Amino acid sequence: MENTSTVKELSLAERERAAVIGPGHTFATITDKIASIVLHEPSPASWWLGLLIGLTLLSGLGLSVGYLLFKGTGIWGINIPVGWGFAIINFVWWIGIGHAGTLISAILLLLKQRWRTSINRFAEAMTLFAVACAAIFPVIHTGRPWLAAYWLFPYPNTMALMPQFRSPLMWDVFAVSTYGTVSLLFWYVGLIPDLATLRDRATAKFQKIAYGILSLGWRGSAVHWHRYETASLLLAGLATPLVLSVHTIVSFDFAVSVIPGWHATIFPPYFVAGAIFSGFAMVVTLSIPIRAIYGLQDFITLKHLENMAKVMLATGWIVFYGYLMEIFIAWYSGNEYERYMMINRQMGPYAPFYWALIFCNGIAPQIFWWKKARTSIPILFIMSIVINIGMWLERFIIVVTSLHRDFLPSSWGMYWPTIWDWMTYAGTLGLFLTLFFLFIRVLPMISIFEMRTIIPQAKVAGVHK
Amino acid sequence: MAGESMHSVETADAGPSLYGLLAEFDNPNDLVRATRQAYAAGYRKLDAYSPYPVEEAWEAIPHHSNRVPLAVLCGALAGMCAGFGLQTWASTMYYPMNIGGRPDLSWPSFIPITFELAVLFASFAAVFGMLMMNGLPQPYHPLFNSPRFATASRDRFFLCIEAQDPLFDRQDTLRFLASLEPREVAEVEN
Repeated sequence: MENTSTVKELSLAERERAAVIGPGHTFATITDKIASIVLHEPSPASWWLGLLIGLTLLSGLGLSVGYLLFKGTGIWGINIPVGWGFAIINFVWWIGIGHAGTLISAILLLLKQRWRTSINRFAEAMTLFAVACAAIFPVIHTGRPWLAAYWLFPYPNTMALMPQFRSPLMWDVFAVSTYGTVSLLFWYVGLIPDLATLRDRATAKFQKIAYGILSLGWRGSAVHWHRYETASLLLAGLATPLVLSVHTIVSFDFAVSVIPGWHATIFPPYFVAGAIFSGFAMVVTLSIPIRAIYGLQDFITLKHLENMAKVMLATGWIVFYGYLMEIFIAWYSGNEYERYMMINRQMGPYAPFYWALIFCNGIAPQIFWWKKARTSIPILFIMSIVINIGMWLERFIIVVTSLHRDFLPSSWGMYWPTIWDWMTYAGTLGLFLTLFFLFIRVLPMISIFEMRTIIPQAKVAGVHK
Repeated sequence: MAGESMHSVETADAGPSLYGLLAEFDNPNDLVRATRQAYAAGYRKLDAYSPYPVEEAWEAIPHHSNRVPLAVLCGALAGMCAGFGLQTWASTMYYPMNIGGRPDLSWPSFIPITFELAVLFASFAAVFGMLMMNGLPQPYHPLFNSPRFATASRDRFFLCIEAQDPLFDRQDTLRFLASLEPREVAEVEN
């Protein structure tokens, strides 16, 4: 009796494994395939094209930030009443995108979701680069970033001033800088064994030295692996509440204020779900071209893409529930300012953006109820772009429509971004692309050692616990 | 120098000094079995090497320590105290400010930063604690002298019994390792 159940479990496990990696792979083929992309294969033309686009947009960032520092934030579309414009919209958008990386690397690790293995590394890289892009905005939004040190960081200065620790903006500084640091540590720790693999496979002298230094002399000792696995697991355990806290605190930036449309208790969960929703969309946007260009269909299979579509469907519904609840509370609160905020969103000057947002985040993702859509590469790719746009629109709606008409009609105004706003935003897309293309050139974009653990030969037969 | 010549005489006699004997296996089952047998035979200065974490391999070497969890706990407590302490000190002693009539020690608003710093310090403790306990970074190690050892980061599994082990004997240990059916046993020089 016991035997048959074991056989059944095994065959189920085998089938699961077969789905997350192509058949016939060994430790050697996995290692050689992923390592050779970095070490031996010349970059494909599409890599050069991507890097060129990234660098072009990045130069726009240099130009627009340079002019901003010279002239001041007046070159942007911000005004009174809309003092928070593109800078905050893009900050929240980028931070949200980063969250999927942490979700995949930490939360899915704790939940023992083996399918995460092959998308984990570049999703984490995406987190880091997204946080880098996000961090630019609040810093340049201060107008004089070189003074931001004493506004933001508690250090003993000649004015005997300390930052205002009761402010959510201050919490945000600590949350985002902790998040960036922990993501970097987690990513680097995950890379160490793979850097050792590259060190041992490298043929060029420079590669040997560079990977040799970065791998810290890792040699795969069992005793080392034991402490390594403990540290990874604990980091995952730390990163899980951290990622929830980061977007919760980002939502506090809004929710702790008294502005209608911001002052809502639903914000923390709704922001966290939105972050995961947009982050997974970005992982899909990146993984579809990468698996095609580098021939990684065996490692990033349809099963991965389908699972991500399911996550988008689920988190999309949490976000959509948030939208519906905002409408309900606007009516149920009986507060005339809350009520006007919602009427203004749906029928005011920014109404087309609101309805586009409802379409992108609420209606369009319902296509993922169908398996055909979840496993169709073109539909997935288009939907991932639609969701990215939708989540950007969400932040635009939250920031702009709440601020532009608040309590007093005499203080109402309109906000339109300028060319410099657009250039800065496009510039951070360029920064992201540049960093990402450099990353896939010099580091293994899929975790080699974790991929080895998911093939059947990796299991030690014998006593099971 | 006298010392140098002494050294060269010694090595001429005994050959280059030995770090240990390295047995190579091509699958994790053989590695774990061999490690268990080596430990049962009384060897204590031994280590198993694999291209990915093999839980059974480190369980076969039961005497090693793993204080990463303790380091993380200490890091978290230190970060918590640092975060809460900094805010309390700044708001009650260094520069008390009346914000909306709230008490100077408005502790609920100090929790987010306290939490963030606890996570930050704990993560530092996890990463740097793990590296320190593992003796990393260590760019040179005698095992890297073995030409076969480069495959430990690809698809091979190794068991090394070190020459420092009290039971170690070049011939006996070699015979013992050969009896474990490895692909190959090699000497590793210091």
